[in-house]
Amino acid sequence: MKVKVLSRNPDDYVRETKLDIQRVPRNYDPTLHPFEVAREYTRALNATKLERVFAKPFLASLDGHRDGVNCLAKHTRSLSTLLSGSCDGEVKVWNLSKRECVRTLQAHEGFVRGMVVRFCGTSFFTIGDDKTIKQWKMETPGYGEEEEPLHTILGKTVFTGLDHHQKEGVFATCGQQVDIWDEQRSSPIRSFTWGVDSFSSVSFNPVETDLLGSCASDRSIVLYDMRESAPLKKVIMTMRSNTLCWNPMEAYYFTCANEDYNLYTYDMRYLEKPLVVHMDHVSAVLDVDYSPTGQEFVSASFDKTIRIFPKDAGHSREVYHTKRMQHVICIKWSADSKYILSGSDEMNIRLWKANAAEKLGVLAPREREAANYSQKLKEKFQNHPQIRRIARHRHLPKSIYHQTKELRVMKDARRRKEMNVRKHSKPGAVPVVSEKEKHVVTVVK
Amino acid sequence: MTTLLILSEQAPSRYWQELQKEKDEAKDAGAGEGNKEPTTEEAEESNTPKQKKRKFKEKRDQNQDKKCISGKSDPFPGKARIPEDRLQKFKRKEKIKKPPHQHYKLRTMIARSEEASEMAQKQAARFDLLLPEEAGFLEGDEGEDTCLVSQEDIANAVDITSGAKHFHLKLSQFGPYRIDYSKTGRHLLIGGRKGHVACIDWQSKHLMCEINVMESVNDIKWLHSESMYAVAQKKWLYVYDSNGIELHCIRKFNDVLRMQFLPYHFLLATASSTSFLQYLDVSVGKEVVAINTKTGRLDVMCQNPQNAIIHLGHPNGTVTLWSPNQKEALVKMLCHQGAVRSLAVEKNGTYMVTSGMDKKLKVYDIRAFKPLKSYFLPAGASCLSLSQRGLLSAATGDIVQVYRDVWSTPVTKPYMAHRVRGTVWGLHFCPFEDVLGVGHQDGFTSMLVPGAGEPNFDALDANPFRSAKQRQEWEVKALLEKIQPELISLDPTELGHVDRATFEQKHEDRVKALGFDPLAKVKFIPKFKKKGRSSAGHVEKRKKQVAHEDQRVSDPEQEI
Repeated sequence: MKVKVLSRNPDDYVRETKLDIQRVPRNYDPTLHPFEVAREYTRALNATKLERVFAKPFLASLDGHRDGVNCLAKHTRSLSTLLSGSCDGEVKVWNLSKRECVRTLQAHEGFVRGMVVRFCGTSFFTIGDDKTIKQWKMETPGYGEEEEPLHTILGKTVFTGLDHHQKEGVFATCGQQVDIWDEQRSSPIRSFTWGVDSFSSVSFNPVETDLLGSCASDRSIVLYDMRESAPLKKVIMTMRSNTLCWNPMEAYYFTCANEDYNLYTYDMRYLEKPLVVHMDHVSAVLDVDYSPTGQEFVSASFDKTIRIFPKDAGHSREVYHTKRMQHVICIKWSADSKYILSGSDEMNIRLWKANAAEKLGVLAPREREAANYSQKLKEKFQNHPQIRRIARHRHLPKSIYHQTKELRVMKDARRRKEMNVRKHSKPGAVPVVSEKEKHVVTVVK
Repeated sequence: MTTLLILSEQAPSRYWQELQKEKDEAKDAGAGEGNKEPTTEEAEESNTPKQKKRKFKEKRDQNQDKKCISGKSDPFPGKARIPEDRLQKFKRKEKIKKPPHQHYKLRTMIARSEEASEMAQKQAARFDLLLPEEAGFLEGDEGEDTCLVSQEDIANAVDITSGAKHFHLKLSQFGPYRIDYSKTGRHLLIGGRKGHVACIDWQSKHLMCEINVMESVNDIKWLHSESMYAVAQKKWLYVYDSNGIELHCIRKFNDVLRMQFLPYHFLLATASSTSFLQYLDVSVGKEVVAINTKTGRLDVMCQNPQNAIIHLGHPNGTVTLWSPNQKEALVKMLCHQGAVRSLAVEKNGTYMVTSGMDKKLKVYDIRAFKPLKSYFLPAGASCLSLSQRGLLSAATGDIVQVYRDVWSTPVTKPYMAHRVRGTVWGLHFCPFEDVLGVGHQDGFTSMLVPGAGEPNFDALDANPFRSAKQRQEWEVKALLEKIQPELISLDPTELGHVDRATFEQKHEDRVKALGFDPLAKVKFIPKFKKKGRSSAGHVEKRKKQVAHEDQRVSDPEQEI
């Protein structure tokens, strides 16, 4: 007879010395691993709960300004440098890794309305309430030298917004009209007007570098091509937009932060209706900035909160607030897509994590694997009701919580009234207008 | 003045003619540098994206059958082929029908996840080649019957360590013994009727503890690891440490006759003589549910390892299936004409084997609840046990018989047989070993059954060679992954199914709130066209076209 009985040599299954790692022979046969779905669900539930436990996004507060922070500018070459301009004309340069102010200069008398770093990173521009545009050197002046701008341009009217071209030595300002300036000239090379008397912000498209967008006070957003002599087209909405930001990954998409508590993402080619309406704020949205990945953006609002939205979702995935943070005026997403910087009314700049539960720094390979696995599990089971309830749960300040409920009641009431009107009138007399179409008045070419 | 006569061959009018030319050139090029010349020519000629794609594929294929320095070419080009049955073993679900074109995001998500799942399936199937051990076997010579081979012959024929796995423990004083092996197969727990309880590391014969509880013992069971076990004594349920220290006396669980431990839920299910089925969560120490089954004395119990459902056998021949979420039985099956004597469910959760007082042994398909086979035994089997590889052991009186492959091929004679000294009271295959433990009147016998145990274990699940540190880590992880009892149901993959009922309900609520249906299709109103193209006939034709397109989309889509 032929016989073989299972006998395992312990030398093959037990480690040789205490200094080795343990041996872990694997067998992926599904019959040895029953209850796959239920166990993965339990792991996903645990991962979601732990994410809420570790969600501590606030990192640091940079204080030093003596008046509210009005604008922020990212350094185009260095991740650890940040520039901020305040309402008393002061500009400070910060080192984010040491969290201290490296340089202070009195740039303007009055507000610093806009700031931008040149694409090469060696100089930056500021505009102020004293109708000047000043260009400064990025390096700190040596001992005994005075802080002097490289170049000063005096304008005729107040400037309200500033942005620099991604590749050429050209920048755009807006005030009463949108001007395109060449760095070497002291008068604009081109001016765009369209019957509006004031513009609030201007922004260059980072992908199609010759396109600009601006927000005007007649509740419209105007698009320009730098190479043309007249503006391209404009879309007029129901309320005014404060700022505009282009998606750094998609050439055609931009998001505008509106006064009616919403943000609208438009496709430049089809301005008739926005792609997405992002609703979650309870007061005017003041600033918006995209993540360098182009998948998410962050918005700063007058209601003392910061919200992070995915680019194609109607509601926010995250909200940051602190008792000490008052109206958030300006916001930036750092260029490594890990941090968010917010400048607010109470003279502080705050540094936040973009993913609240993320562990920063270098992770060991097993840590990274475990984090990736948890992330994938959370995504897989995100629609199950228990997991969704835990993942969505956020603590909100009482005022915002009550305001959100009030707004919902108001919206329900309006909708009910419209439904009743439609029910009691001739069919077709009251057409159904989708939420997206409601906010656009017209598109003018 | 010179006129340049360009003697060129006629430009190919179709793209495949160009590719044919390149293929010929590649063949002629010879060993070692066959790929250089066509590639430079390709670079000049390609301009359309389709041509570029095809040329890239051609280049890649050419690179694969590149010739080496020795001039030989790979006889098995491309990736290694995976046998179909191995691939089937790791298949979880069939491909689902893709949603229509307008849900483009969902389509891409489904396509991507199916791609990833296919890749995982292939990787797992490839890894199967690296498994270290192979299963045991017993084959008789010409004319020799395997059931006539005695245990001593087998023990003498195999190596010393395997031979030492066959032993007797002569314990005739304390009554017939119930036995239980721990999940890793390393530790053995024996409990005699008259109160003797001992736990042994049976491979090294190291005695961990030995006590006499001074009461009659109905059943014993290991809890999640080898550190604790439960003993169902005459009145109440006791939990002991592996050093023999009594940890708990649970008075709520009275008159327990049989116990089953659900390892992934940390639940101890107990069946009592007062017809109560109770579940105890051993990690928290709370009773989850007490179900009054109202079917009399519960003496026959087993669990389905795939979905954690408890099977109970009754004196009227029925087998009932229970889950802690329902007060009534999930399923009631009439299996035998007399009482049910013993039950066993296979580890894949497909087959259930029952034996009854009517001297029959029946095999059922548990997924479809259909009877498959029925065998006649001269005396009914009092104990049944199924091994990890599908061997069935049945004990009648003092004879233990092992059958192979009861559900597919009709079985005429046993694979192995053995006579023990005393009526058999407990039968249990050892996990991951080719050993069958028999508890009987005269003590305990360990039988060698080649081909019973699963040769390759997964160390993250149950590792017989784990150290104390590994056991502690495993215990913490297992407790974190403990499945809640609410998830126990007949279909263990229920969580992974799409919940259509809730969607319908939510959709109804939304329509009521909004006043219109946001997902309803807008009625097609054809655009008014000039020059007579909006006459009744033309409009009808345009409407029909759209209707036809819609019908095409709504039909089951074919895989592209």
